[in-house]
Amino acid sequence: MSERKFRQVGTRPIRHDGLDKVTGRAQFGADFSLPGMLWGKVLRSPHAHARIRSIDVSAALALPGVHAVITGRDFPEVAAESAAGGEGATDFRDLALNVMARDKALYHGHPVAAVAATSVRIAEEACKKIAVDYEVLTPVLSLDQALAKDAPILHERMRASGDEPLPEGPTNLASRREMGRGDVAAGFAAADAVVEREFRTPMVHQGYIEPHAVLARTGEDGRAVVYCCTQGPFMVRAFSAKVLGVATDTIKVVPTEIGGGFGGKTTVYLEPLAILLSRKSGRPVKMVMTREEVFRATGPTSGTHIRVKMGAKRDGTLTAAEAVLVYEAGAFKGSPVGAAMMTVFAPYKLANVRIEGWDVVVNKPKVAAYRAPGAPMAALATETVMDELARKLGQDPIDFRLVNAAHEGVQATYGPKFRAIGFVESLRAAKAHPHYRAPLGANQGRGVACGFWFNAGLSSSANVSINEDGSAVVMSGCPDIGGSRASLALMAAEELGIPVEQVRPVVVDTESIGFNDLTGGSRVTFATGMAVIEAARDVVNQLRARAAKTWEVELDAVAWNEGRAVAVNGAEGKHEPLTLRQLAARAAATGGPISGRASLTARGAGPGFATHLCDVEVDRETGAVKVLRYTAVQDAGRAVHPSYVEGQMQGGVAQGIGWALNEEYVYDARGAMENPGFLDYRVPVASDLPMIDTVIVEVPNPMHPYGVRGVGETPIVPPLAAVANAVERAAGVEIRELPISPPKLLALIEGAR
Amino acid sequence: MEDVRYEAPGSLARAIELLAESGARVLAGGTDLLVQLRSGRSAPRLFVDVKRIPETTRLELGEEELWLGAAVPAAAIVESRDVARLWPGLVESIDLIGSTQIQGRASVGGNLCNASPAADTGPALCAVGARCVIAGARGERTVPVEQFTTGPGATVLGPGELLVGFRIARPAARAADAYLRFIPRTEMDIAVVGAGVALALDASGRCSSARVALGAVAPTVILVPEAAAALVGSRGDEAALAAAGEAASRATRPISDKRGTADYRRRIAGVLVRRAAGTALERARSGDSA
Amino acid sequence: MKLHVSTTVNGEPAEFLCSAEQSLLDVLREELHLTGTKEGCATGDCGACSVVLDGRLVCSCLVLAPEVAGRRVETIEGVARGAELHPLQRKFLEHAALQCGICTPGFIVAAKALLERNPDPSEEEARYWLAGNLCRCTGYDKIIRAVLDTASELRGATR
Repeated sequence: MSERKFRQVGTRPIRHDGLDKVTGRAQFGADFSLPGMLWGKVLRSPHAHARIRSIDVSAALALPGVHAVITGRDFPEVAAESAAGGEGATDFRDLALNVMARDKALYHGHPVAAVAATSVRIAEEACKKIAVDYEVLTPVLSLDQALAKDAPILHERMRASGDEPLPEGPTNLASRREMGRGDVAAGFAAADAVVEREFRTPMVHQGYIEPHAVLARTGEDGRAVVYCCTQGPFMVRAFSAKVLGVATDTIKVVPTEIGGGFGGKTTVYLEPLAILLSRKSGRPVKMVMTREEVFRATGPTSGTHIRVKMGAKRDGTLTAAEAVLVYEAGAFKGSPVGAAMMTVFAPYKLANVRIEGWDVVVNKPKVAAYRAPGAPMAALATETVMDELARKLGQDPIDFRLVNAAHEGVQATYGPKFRAIGFVESLRAAKAHPHYRAPLGANQGRGVACGFWFNAGLSSSANVSINEDGSAVVMSGCPDIGGSRASLALMAAEELGIPVEQVRPVVVDTESIGFNDLTGGSRVTFATGMAVIEAARDVVNQLRARAAKTWEVELDAVAWNEGRAVAVNGAEGKHEPLTLRQLAARAAATGGPISGRASLTARGAGPGFATHLCDVEVDRETGAVKVLRYTAVQDAGRAVHPSYVEGQMQGGVAQGIGWALNEEYVYDARGAMENPGFLDYRVPVASDLPMIDTVIVEVPNPMHPYGVRGVGETPIVPPLAAVANAVERAAGVEIRELPISPPKLLALIEGAR
Repeated sequence: MEDVRYEAPGSLARAIELLAESGARVLAGGTDLLVQLRSGRSAPRLFVDVKRIPETTRLELGEEELWLGAAVPAAAIVESRDVARLWPGLVESIDLIGSTQIQGRASVGGNLCNASPAADTGPALCAVGARCVIAGARGERTVPVEQFTTGPGATVLGPGELLVGFRIARPAARAADAYLRFIPRTEMDIAVVGAGVALALDASGRCSSARVALGAVAPTVILVPEAAAALVGSRGDEAALAAAGEAASRATRPISDKRGTADYRRRIAGVLVRRAAGTALERARSGDSA
Repeated sequence: MKLHVSTTVNGEPAEFLCSAEQSLLDVLREELHLTGTKEGCATGDCGACSVVLDGRLVCSCLVLAPEVAGRRVETIEGVARGAELHPLQRKFLEHAALQCGICTPGFIVAAKALLERNPDPSEEEARYWLAGNLCRCTGYDKIIRAVLDTASELRGATR
């Protein structure tokens, strides 16, 4: 497969949706309106933990301009039921309670009621008139507080599940699991160097620039049409149906362009509210979150407490590794600690491994997926310990990793045997890069770190239709969050043999295509790509059949070559080749319109490995850190559109740098977030970053027709450790906590003096 | 409840009349006021837009002094070559207010009247000895800038009074200023500490006068005479700079908040005063002001 | 009682009704149906709402709608001339300087303002000018390259 010469895959065409995006024409979630539209607003709990004794909405309903008010009473009871999705499992009962509180408010910002009115201002006024009687309870705001003896309990009926030992009775420990193999005690005993370290990382947010937005319209027959910015229109349909207790087919979801997601838009917040308000009021209802609501009440990722211990022999081989990962789930169970357990040591060959993962509820918003969920924090721990081990053994950090790097045939620490993977290649490419030899000055340091993400397959459907003029439409149901449309068009163009400019990729609604799992897990270019390739091949076979009919030959006498049907197998030279355009023009005469389809559950998503290099300079008097240079090397399998692979790498790096240096949720003692805005929740700005060099390594994934591996998530996994390792070497300190903000670093520097 | 009103008076007299109404607020750049409006912290009944009044929007360099209208947008000041040449520190502080977009609107008057302890222009204005011109129903008065803010969010402005602008005397020969602030990122943050230093050298190169001011380390901007004293009489050697820094640290009365701890602010105040004093000295020596 | 405001948007006369407290951003999107300008934060921290007001780059979320009476407003919708894209728009596409695209209108308006003032910015100058425009997808690399490449092309064209 790697011998195939691609004509279009690997090129860098202008993306098809680009023109609308640079002119402001593209329509995102908040850009839709309908006549007669009402505006919806949410009343949110001002307490991080409280029992809701009663809610009186009469004054709100009486306000002129208010057309509907809803509370938890207006929703059905939802049974606890788990379903798998693109980024993990969802418990529908928890989901319903998160969308609208019933008996308890479990975080500051938890929705307790919602209003639809003729203007935003009236809706906000109405919310203020809703009288909620709260019994305020003591909030639990950290892992330590949640697990302390006599801690306030969030869910009276929740019991710890998983592997013993487990506490009995009501607890905030949702689950504790263990996995491993071999004998770690023996492994550590055999080591010449052992390093054990503990880390704490804060709750952080995906930081997408577009707040959640939805416009819902219901008809007299109870059917709803929902326009929303989401990573999964089928997920919105299914989840809203569950929360509202209606049949799935009564909801149609039209995905708008989406202004960033990174996992944060893989569940529902406003959509069921808007649908219900629309149904109650008989009018379309539009709801748009404010930035403050996005921070307080969507799905950041877990704050963590992680302990990692690793041992190695003098020659560099790792002998044992142990990790205890304690993750915040937020108000409802379900942190990404499971994925963290699987990824924490995945890049390395290890016979003796023991991993423990704790999922803990706290009075903070329920966490949602954030780009390689759970993995960046775990990698922070592993990769800083690896770095320290390398130093203790006097080895180069990349060489030390090369000795231990997983490769084809190695049994991963999380179970399966790796097929062809590009980890070693990424390490070698990093070592060979000029960045690795660039001289460093005073107070400057270089950090190396590696990362891994499994990538998902899951289900996708695609249609490829041929227009009368020989151009093609590629329809799929996975919203485009990173440029995947362009890649899908390239794959269709490659199969059909026509220029990519003649292929129009569109993301359609839930009534126009078969089922699609959501956009996430770095799966779209891989799995939807597979479906597009299959659908395009279906089209090619139909085109061959049309040519065969036209020439009155057998199907096997027709080959498809660079966009044309050519006669082969004894029929060579007897017929002029027919182009796609020609065949399309006579489609009606040869059997009718030509379109191909595929629906599949993709298996064999190839894991993505990366090696990152980061240089920083530390101001020893203020603790400020400046990132001087950054290089990201990643195995993409096959880069379909290299510019967008590079873009994914650079974006993940930027998020990781922000996470390492400045981003964190700051809570006051009452459990209210103190920095719910971009002023004090500090994401990197343009002047904070240098150019981010990227190197794409290609070790084709044997399970994909083109060798594609997902690329979107791996890039955020190494940067936390790459930055931490660089700061450690620049300042001569040990990093135990993120973010590495100036006051903390200054304290470490002064402590180390 | 009556609707909120908006007026854009064309004269100082008319503005003063409007400001006498209850619930009236001055609207200059709006970059603080609108944020407070949206968060519910402020609920004006009447916006008095002062950007169509000649005095508040004029930037004029005269023989003796600079007139800086209170509502002149930061970007206009930063673009003025003359002002940047004579007061590089003051212009630095103005150039640090938020992003390019914020500077397109934010004014020095607004920054000062908002009276955040962390306001960037405060220390620089104090260092150069700016004087605030205030107009009201009873006429005009002038107040030294270091007396203008009285606490977080509080100023000496009485009801119906308007800050019209600033008078800043031209610096003497061999005088210069500098401003530094510390923020966690490279842009966009509120100052964790801000330090403004202005000084003059005599013919022999000794420091003949100095003013040192700090922001974000006390409820208002503070002048630190002890730090200034450490510089006066010296040639700006390492020891003098260090002494100025230490005096600055000692003078701080900082709080711990989400932007920095008290201890951290104390340390950084010293570092920034030392560095800003060094820059001001270099500028004064090279005579690239005045 | 709503205020009636007459102004100029992208070179054309425009008028709208608004309350005193409405922002220019709100009015552009809801009254004038120019949805290219986006709301990311409403506090002037993200730049997605960038417009040019009387020749100055500003955040429209921090301008009150009545303030633009008699003034000139320029939005993303006015950057291209009909079907002819501004070089910045072309370069953004060529350099793949956008992924989700929500920040793109703000960046193009801001970068256009930069190049009109400074036709030869250094990388650092471009980064600091654009520090008020947040992007969460690209890490800024390709955006800065597109801006510097545009500057270079425009300088070549005027020679």
